[in-house]
Amino acid sequence: MTTVSSAEHTRRDFLYIATGAVGAVGAAAALVPLIAQMNPDASTIAAGAPIDVDLAPIADGQIIKVFWRSKPIFISHRTKKEIDEAKNVALASLPDPEPDSERVKAGHDQWLVVIGICTHLGCIPLAHQGEFDGWFCPCHGSQYDTAGRIRKGPAPKNLPLPPYKFVSDTKIQIG
Amino acid sequence: MSGNSTYQPQSKVLQWFEKRLPIGGLIHSSFVAYPTPRNLNYWWTFGGILSMMLGIQIVTGIVLAMHYTPHVDLAFKSVEAIMRDVNYGWLLRYLHANGAAMFFLAVYIHMFRGIYYGSYKEPREVLWILGVIIYLLMMATGFMGYVLVWGQMSFWAATVITNLFSAIPGVGDTIVTWLWGGYAVGNPTLNRFYSLHYLLPFVIAGVVILHVWALHVAGQNNPTGIEPKSERDTVPFTPYATVKDGFFMACFLILYCWFVFYVPNFLGHPDNYIPANPAVTPAEIVPEWYYLPFYAILRSIPDKLLGVVALFGSILILAFLPWLDTSHVKSGRYRPLFKQFFWLWVIVCIGLGWLGSKPPEGIYVIMSRLFTLYYFAFFIVILPLLGIFEKTKPLPNSISESVLGAKA
Repeated sequence: MTTVSSAEHTRRDFLYIATGAVGAVGAAAALVPLIAQMNPDASTIAAGAPIDVDLAPIADGQIIKVFWRSKPIFISHRTKKEIDEAKNVALASLPDPEPDSERVKAGHDQWLVVIGICTHLGCIPLAHQGEFDGWFCPCHGSQYDTAGRIRKGPAPKNLPLPPYKFVSDTKIQIG
Repeated sequence: MSGNSTYQPQSKVLQWFEKRLPIGGLIHSSFVAYPTPRNLNYWWTFGGILSMMLGIQIVTGIVLAMHYTPHVDLAFKSVEAIMRDVNYGWLLRYLHANGAAMFFLAVYIHMFRGIYYGSYKEPREVLWILGVIIYLLMMATGFMGYVLVWGQMSFWAATVITNLFSAIPGVGDTIVTWLWGGYAVGNPTLNRFYSLHYLLPFVIAGVVILHVWALHVAGQNNPTGIEPKSERDTVPFTPYATVKDGFFMACFLILYCWFVFYVPNFLGHPDNYIPANPAVTPAEIVPEWYYLPFYAILRSIPDKLLGVVALFGSILILAFLPWLDTSHVKSGRYRPLFKQFFWLWVIVCIGLGWLGSKPPEGIYVIMSRLFTLYYFAFFIVILPLLGIFEKTKPLPNSISESVLGAKA
């Protein structure tokens, strides 16, 4: 078998490059549906619509857990003591500094609403535990304070805040 | 798989077939006439044992898949139905679950043997790296299989392990959502894990074929670490290696069956008999024993990203071993200093496993940090320096001399 090589560009050279280019673009395009199918599907996204939560039955000092987008949301009705603890912390001493006022809605100091997923590796922290009166994660020992801020342990960030607003004084809408 | 075959089939039918597809000659030259060093000890039987375990896992797995349902509402129930209703279902599931543990036990012995005798050194670097790839695939497969049970430990293992990827700066969260197919571990996650858990063992089988191919190109290492020089240094694979492998496979099966029939849940965690509950994290989550050393490394580092980097680094560093170990002497038998550092490293690996099962507090954290430090120092500091400073013992002239003495 011999291959004829010529200094001239031939029609075969053109076909070779054109076929290769079409093949590469086609293979890349075929990857799009193959990868996209793994993202959340339409029903999962639809199920993530906003939810209303009635705050009236939550007693002083009580923490409840509701689910939004399959994520646990902690709603803490903070006591006076807990609010004071959250406010009287030297910000510089926090791993992820955020004042308490940025963690709650103005005028609703007693209500803390956070996503209850440890920012380390996704476990659900236990309420009213740990050295800071807030949450303690049983998986790797991260500790959060009464404003859901990380104080100790391997978690890098504060418990994230979900998007929510007060519909009335005793009702919030999450989402 | 190398050299000309001496295979001469007697029967006319086999001769006819051999002319058209010379598979008989391939098997004959690979597993019958193949020359193996005459001094192989029992540590060399684990390659065969691992092939056997892969076979057992694939057979029991295919059968279990006939009865399992990958849906969040039905997965746990279907596993319990396998245990109670399916004929011999309890046996098949215990064989598969304990088989995974035995598979890892064998692979760890196989890897320790490779490191002690320098089996990763020239000309076996590619062989070694293929082995590291098989090990990574085994870890992924084992993890996803554990999730399929859909108990509490399954669910939270899936959550913690997928969240490792959230440590990647910038795109971490997007990747995790993509892995989940939702906003948390859920039905789409279970479904895709099932699909991949079925696929990956066959990928492993493919890489095993490459691993054996590379082995048969370079030839086996042996306890002296010197290459065979003449026919006096080798014996044919059959009967010598086949019977040795077969005998030790039987011994290994006795241990395996002891677990299956007497303490089938000893290696598992009781919390995995509680159905998955996304609202409650168990008080203490621990992975299966064969991941514990890496879990201890992850937890020993107080920074999330660095912890994840250390976890993956502790496995990937194995792939660089052929170049980190600078010594020209392969076998630990002739390296008095290496021997001590090696056994200390084995103790550290087992120690990390023990620490991984302990709560992350107090003295355990400090010990995990020291052990993690030694784990990495062994590769990055000790092995490169030993090659320069160590005074090795004299090597024998040949394998046969080491076995039979100089007069032979």
